[in-house]
Amino acid sequence: MKIHEFQAKQLFRQADIAVLPSHVATTPAEASAAFDKLGGSLAVVKAQIHAGGRGKGTFLENPSQRGVQLVRSAAEAAQVAQQMLGNTLVTIQTGPEGKKVNQILVEAGCDIARELYLGIVLDRAASLPVLMVSTEGGMEIEKVAEETPERIFKEHFEPGLGLQAFQVRKLCKKLGLSGEAAKSAHRFMTSMCELFVSIDCAIVEINPLVVTGSGQLIALDAKVSFDENAMFRHADIKQFRDLNEEEPSEVRAGNAGLSYVKLDGNIACLVNGAGLAMSTMDIIKYHGGRPANFLDVGGGANAEQVSEAFRIILDDKNVQAVLVNIFGGIMKCTTIAKALIEAYQNVGFNVPLVVRLEGTEVEEGKKLLRESGVAIVTADGLTDAAKKVVAAASAHSKA
Amino acid sequence: MSIYVNKNTRVICQGITGKSGSFHTKGCRDYGTQMVGGVTPGKGGTDFEGTPIFDTVEEAVKQTGANATMIFVPPPFTADAILEALDAGIETIVAITEGVPVLDMVPVYRKIRASKSVLIGPNCPGVITPGECKIGIMPGYIHKRGKIGIVSRSGTLTYEAVWQTTQLGLGQTTCVGLGGDPIVGTSFIDVIGRFQNDPETEGILMMGEIGGSAEEEAAAFIKQNVTKPVAAFIAGRTAPPGKRMGHAGAIISGGKGTAEDKIAALRDAGIEIAESPADMGTAIQRAMKAR
Repeated sequence: MKIHEFQAKQLFRQADIAVLPSHVATTPAEASAAFDKLGGSLAVVKAQIHAGGRGKGTFLENPSQRGVQLVRSAAEAAQVAQQMLGNTLVTIQTGPEGKKVNQILVEAGCDIARELYLGIVLDRAASLPVLMVSTEGGMEIEKVAEETPERIFKEHFEPGLGLQAFQVRKLCKKLGLSGEAAKSAHRFMTSMCELFVSIDCAIVEINPLVVTGSGQLIALDAKVSFDENAMFRHADIKQFRDLNEEEPSEVRAGNAGLSYVKLDGNIACLVNGAGLAMSTMDIIKYHGGRPANFLDVGGGANAEQVSEAFRIILDDKNVQAVLVNIFGGIMKCTTIAKALIEAYQNVGFNVPLVVRLEGTEVEEGKKLLRESGVAIVTADGLTDAAKKVVAAASAHSKA
Repeated sequence: MSIYVNKNTRVICQGITGKSGSFHTKGCRDYGTQMVGGVTPGKGGTDFEGTPIFDTVEEAVKQTGANATMIFVPPPFTADAILEALDAGIETIVAITEGVPVLDMVPVYRKIRASKSVLIGPNCPGVITPGECKIGIMPGYIHKRGKIGIVSRSGTLTYEAVWQTTQLGLGQTTCVGLGGDPIVGTSFIDVIGRFQNDPETEGILMMGEIGGSAEEEAAAFIKQNVTKPVAAFIAGRTAPPGKRMGHAGAIISGGKGTAEDKIAALRDAGIEIAESPADMGTAIQRAMKAR
C-alpha cells in the first residue's frame, strides 16, 4: 500500500524525523494561506500523487507546468495551485494517461548544502532489512546503481536490534559527514530504521535527503509504502489509503478478496494460484494472444467471489474471450463449475468462455458443466485451452 | 528414498480445529499420512475425528512422538506457531498460512537457519512424497511415485508440473512448494542440494517466478554442484514491472527480477528451459534423454 508524501511526512514528524514545515492545500485560496502561514520569502508547491518523477513531470492540460515548483509569493502559490489542482500530471512512473492531482503540499524552502539519498528495503537475499545511502541525491537510484554502484553504501540491520551506532559511523565516513552533520545523521538514520520496522514498511525512500548549511539532515521528499499483510495491526495507517490513486477494478477485486491486475490485452483469465495465473498469461502470449488481466481467485474462493470475478473481467471493454484455468487443490472443481453456471446465468456472457478444469472433484465439475447446457468450450490441458481461447478471441473480434 | 518426509514421518496440525486445518488434516490422513495429533490452545483433551488435540506443541510432541507439523493458524499468529514448533524440537515445520507480515519472518528465519529444524513456507502448498506422506493442501491423486524431484515457488503451478510428469510416466520422488513470500524458510538451493544427494531422484524440475534473485542463486549453485539433469520454468514473462502478481514476492522492481534475466542465468547453467507451462514435463524428459 502506497501513501502520499504529506502523509509520510506526518509519520516522520511523529517519529521526530526532521522534515520542513508544510501545509496541504486543496484549493488556490488554501495554497495562498499556506504560503503566508509558512512566513518565508519562498516556498515549494508539490503535486501529491502516488508516483515519482514529479519534478520533471508535466501536466496534460498545460505542458509548461511541472509537478514541483518554487514560488515567491502567496499570489504565485495560488496561481500554481490553480494550474495543478484538478489537472493530470504525467511522469515517467504514471504512464501516458497520468494521474489527477487532488491535493498539493506547500512547503517551506531551505538552505541546501548537499543532497544525499536514503532508502530502506527488505533485502530478500539476506532476509534482512537494509539501509542504503548514496552521495548521489536527487538522481534516479536505479541509474546510480547501474552506472556508479560504488557510490551506494549499505548496512543491514536486525529489526529487534535496530541500526547500530558503528554502522552510522561507517556510513558517515563514506558519505563525508562529520561534526554536527554526523550527529544529525545518527538521529535521522536510527529513527528511520526504527520507524521502518515499527510501522511495517515495505519501502522507505528519501530522495533527496538534504544536509543544510548548519549540518542538519532533513527529508525533503518522502516515499513510503507498506506491507499489506501487516495492515491488520496499523488501523491508523490504513486510513491513509487513497482510493483515487488506484485502478477502480483492482479496488473492487480487492474488496472481494481477489487478486487482480488489469493489463491491456483482450483475453481475460480467471485462475487459482498466483504462479498458475502468471503462467496462464504467459501461455496465452506464447500462442499469439494478449492477456487482459492477471486474476488469482485464491485457494478458498466461493461462488460469490467467482461471480464477482467474472463481473470484473467482463466489465473490461477490451475483452474478446475468457479463459478459466483451475487446478483444484483447496479449490474444488465443483465449486468453480457451480459458480461458472451461476455467473453465466446472472452476469450474462457476451464473449466466448473456454474452461479447463483439473484437480479435486474434476469429474464431478466437468459433469456439472456438461449437464448445465451453458455454452462453454471445454479444454483438456493448458495448450489446448490456450489455443482455443486465442482462436475464440480472434473469431469474436472479427464477428 | 525421498527428502524431508517419508512413511515414518509423524505429523501434527497446528490450528487443527480451524476450517482449513480440519479439512486438510482429514485430506492428509486419507492420503495415508500419519496424522498423530493436533494443537489448538484451549481445546486440549478433545479430539478431531479420533485425532487427539493438545494445548501446546510441547505436549503434543511428548504424547505422540511427532517430528513434523503442518501450520494453518491465521497470519497474525503464524510466526509464534513456527517458533513454538521449533522450541518443541519439531524437525520439519510446514507453514501453509498465506499473508504473514514479512517483518515477522525476519527473526523467525534467522532462528530456523541457526537450528537443525527445517521450515518450508510460509504461503506454500506443502511437501509430499507420493505414496508415503503428504503434508499440505495439494490434491494427492495427481501424484505418482517415480524419479523426478519437483521444487517450486508456486502452489497450483506445482500441481501442473506434477500432473505432467505423472502423465508422462516419470512420477515424483518428493515435491516441495517453497512458498510465494519474500522470506521463506527453505530455498531452491536447500531442496536441490537434497535432490542431488537422493539416490532415487534422477531428474530435477524447478518452477520459479519473477521477483527476487532466488532462481539466479539456484542457477549458480546447480552449475557448481549438481550432476543430475535439471529443467526449469519461470512464470511471469508477460508481467509488467512494478505490479505485484498475487504473491508478495512476485514483483519486478527497479528492473530486477525479470523472467528474462532468470531464464538467461538458468540456461547459462546448462538447465533445460520449458518455454511454455505445458512443456514442463517434456522439458525434464528432454534433459534426461540428453544424458
